[in-house]
Amino acid sequence: MKPRHLAALLSAGLALGLAGCGSSDAPPASSKAAQPGSAASGAPVSITINCKPPKTNTAQRATFEEDVAAFQKLHPNITISKAVDAFPCYEPRTFEAKLAGGQLETVFYVNFPNVGRLIEAGQAADITPYLDEIDTFEDYNQSIEIFKKDGKVYGLPTDGYGMGLVYNKDVFAKAGLDPANPPKTWAEVQAAAKQIAALGPGYVGFGEYSGGNTGGWHFTASLYARGGDILTPDGKKAAFNSPEGKAVLQNLKDMRWRDNSMGSRLYNEWPALMKAMAGGKMGMMLGAPDVLIALRNDFQAKFDNYAVTAVPEAKALLNGGSGYMINPKATPEQIRAGLKWIEYEFLTPGKGQLDYVRAKGADLTVGQPYPDLYRPDTDSGKKVAELRAANANIDAGQFALWVEGSKGIPPKAEPGPYAQEIYAILDTPMSAVLTRQDANIDQLLADAEAKVNALLEKKG
Amino acid sequence: MTTLTLRRASRRRAVRRNLTAYGFLCGALICFAFFSWYPMVWEIVLSFQHTNFVDPPVWVGLDNFLTVFQDSAFGPAWKNTVMFTLLALIIGYGVPFVIALVLNELRHCRAYLRFVVYLPVMLPPAVGVLLFQWFYEPETGLFNTVLDALHLPTLSWLNSTDTALVSLVIVSTWMNLGSGTLIYLAALQTIPSELYEAAELDGAGILKRVWHVTIPQTKLILLVMLLLQIIATMQVFIEPFLLTGGGPENSTVTVVYLMYQYAFNFGNINGGNALGVMLMIVLLVFSTVYLRVSREDRT
Repeated sequence: MKPRHLAALLSAGLALGLAGCGSSDAPPASSKAAQPGSAASGAPVSITINCKPPKTNTAQRATFEEDVAAFQKLHPNITISKAVDAFPCYEPRTFEAKLAGGQLETVFYVNFPNVGRLIEAGQAADITPYLDEIDTFEDYNQSIEIFKKDGKVYGLPTDGYGMGLVYNKDVFAKAGLDPANPPKTWAEVQAAAKQIAALGPGYVGFGEYSGGNTGGWHFTASLYARGGDILTPDGKKAAFNSPEGKAVLQNLKDMRWRDNSMGSRLYNEWPALMKAMAGGKMGMMLGAPDVLIALRNDFQAKFDNYAVTAVPEAKALLNGGSGYMINPKATPEQIRAGLKWIEYEFLTPGKGQLDYVRAKGADLTVGQPYPDLYRPDTDSGKKVAELRAANANIDAGQFALWVEGSKGIPPKAEPGPYAQEIYAILDTPMSAVLTRQDANIDQLLADAEAKVNALLEKKG
Repeated sequence: MTTLTLRRASRRRAVRRNLTAYGFLCGALICFAFFSWYPMVWEIVLSFQHTNFVDPPVWVGLDNFLTVFQDSAFGPAWKNTVMFTLLALIIGYGVPFVIALVLNELRHCRAYLRFVVYLPVMLPPAVGVLLFQWFYEPETGLFNTVLDALHLPTLSWLNSTDTALVSLVIVSTWMNLGSGTLIYLAALQTIPSELYEAAELDGAGILKRVWHVTIPQTKLILLVMLLLQIIATMQVFIEPFLLTGGGPENSTVTVVYLMYQYAFNFGNINGGNALGVMLMIVLLVFSTVYLRVSREDRT
């Protein structure tokens, strides 16, 4: 075979393979410029969705499948042609490849830290023209702000919560601390951590992240709680080289080296600290109320042993949560259908995932104070609270101190679209104070500040 | 029948004779085209573009290269990668050769020991790495428990900027030891025994035999392995990714780890591609030397 024949064969094979990469369900790229008014109401439309609970989570998967069937019955013109159950629901390693290959679902899950970045990159559809079709939209609390940019809305939050202090009641009791009266100040946290570490080898008073961008993430949460900020109000400069920033690092340094109450292990990824907390020898960690459910469902911890209280002396709470966005290549009909699905499954009190009667019957946890989506004085907020209280099957007391202590503390969003880059830079001071007794906090913060300023200058 | 017709007929016969070989070659070529060459070409193209995979890409010249060059982690990433490669050469290059020499000399349990040495290669890399995570635990880990039992000072392993990178090199050496040892062992077994007998008659001891017979006889394979190891270790990723998250204090951030951060955590796939192209250029130098050496080996 001559080389040119071989090349022709290869080209044909490549072309064939690339053609096979397309998908009939993929929204056409040309539709991006289409106007909402062009969509014929009631016309057949097909969408794809993700974040179907995995097979291991049988109860939640069953309710999800039930909802998909009920939704299609309610909207006969809408077909959910594919519900993807890949876990985690948002996978940055495949997101752009799927988007490029036309394989990204019409409605896709996203967690709060990635929302700003996707909006900035133009990788989510503008849903502003369709918002009047969502009944509960006006009832949203501040969590919707995360999905807004320049007056436009790019997604809908479906889960939200503020940061808290998760603690192990059993460990507290063993250390002679009162589980019903957890620390309310950082000085009390230090004292309690010291007392817990004194229980013996393996006991850690307070656990904290330091690598894989998680260190920077928790530095931000602690800084917000102390009233500090990562960036200046215009977002152009770093603002964490401040008394609040120094206090965060000094507190950790004191607990690690002076009190020896943080153990010597570093936690470089989200599951690492969760595993340590589930292990039953760690006293406290920063974490939102959802940490308790994750400890129960994903890390096989004894649920009753854990509780969450308010972050000590908090002035603001880092806002955590997740939501859904729409494929930027979706047609207006698909956007409208996708939003109807989000509304049905996640936003309607008494329906979908907010159907607490069904959840209680399916042995899913009911009673945790989230998703916190609606203002408490709105119809939706009241309905969700009533249904949740009436069907609670877990001890709401485990969350009561957090609910009470967090009232009135303003939530605060992640520091802009470059949050992950900033977190990576802030991992360095966090890991330094936890690994070096001689760590110079002023120098560490000054270095990190210079790096973040250089990053922001480059990004413009 | 003209000469031309004869030549054509002979060519047709040759094609028919080699049809199966061409078939097999096609499969390999298509696989390489899809999974190696096509992504490589795309990587180079994307490194000169800004794209969000929605709007048409914009050509930006060297902007992505400048972005990663100005990143505060860029310098540490290259420094750590070079240090890792050097340490891997110091620790990881000689050890398999020595083990191969010992195995070659053994008269008993050779098959069993070969299996034991090769065993770590059969473990999925993530399993091996996570096993070491437990070994390195500062308070309850295997290494510090042993050091403590021997009344020796314990180490911080992954938790110190002084020892974190070396700890990763140890993991990498352990995981890749088996392959290197088997290749060296195969090379050692091709050395004619007469050479050793002659050296013995001349009064050479073990060390002299290794120096004057073994090393010259395996010189080319040693050189090839050296280059392959440099190419492989400069791409170190899984160890810092799973064990240290690049810390503490960026002491284990490597070029490929930074590439991963750009592509998947920072949402800047073009920046990740620019880093990939830089690394590719560096590795290209070693690959060219490797190709020359292996060609020399064949001749």
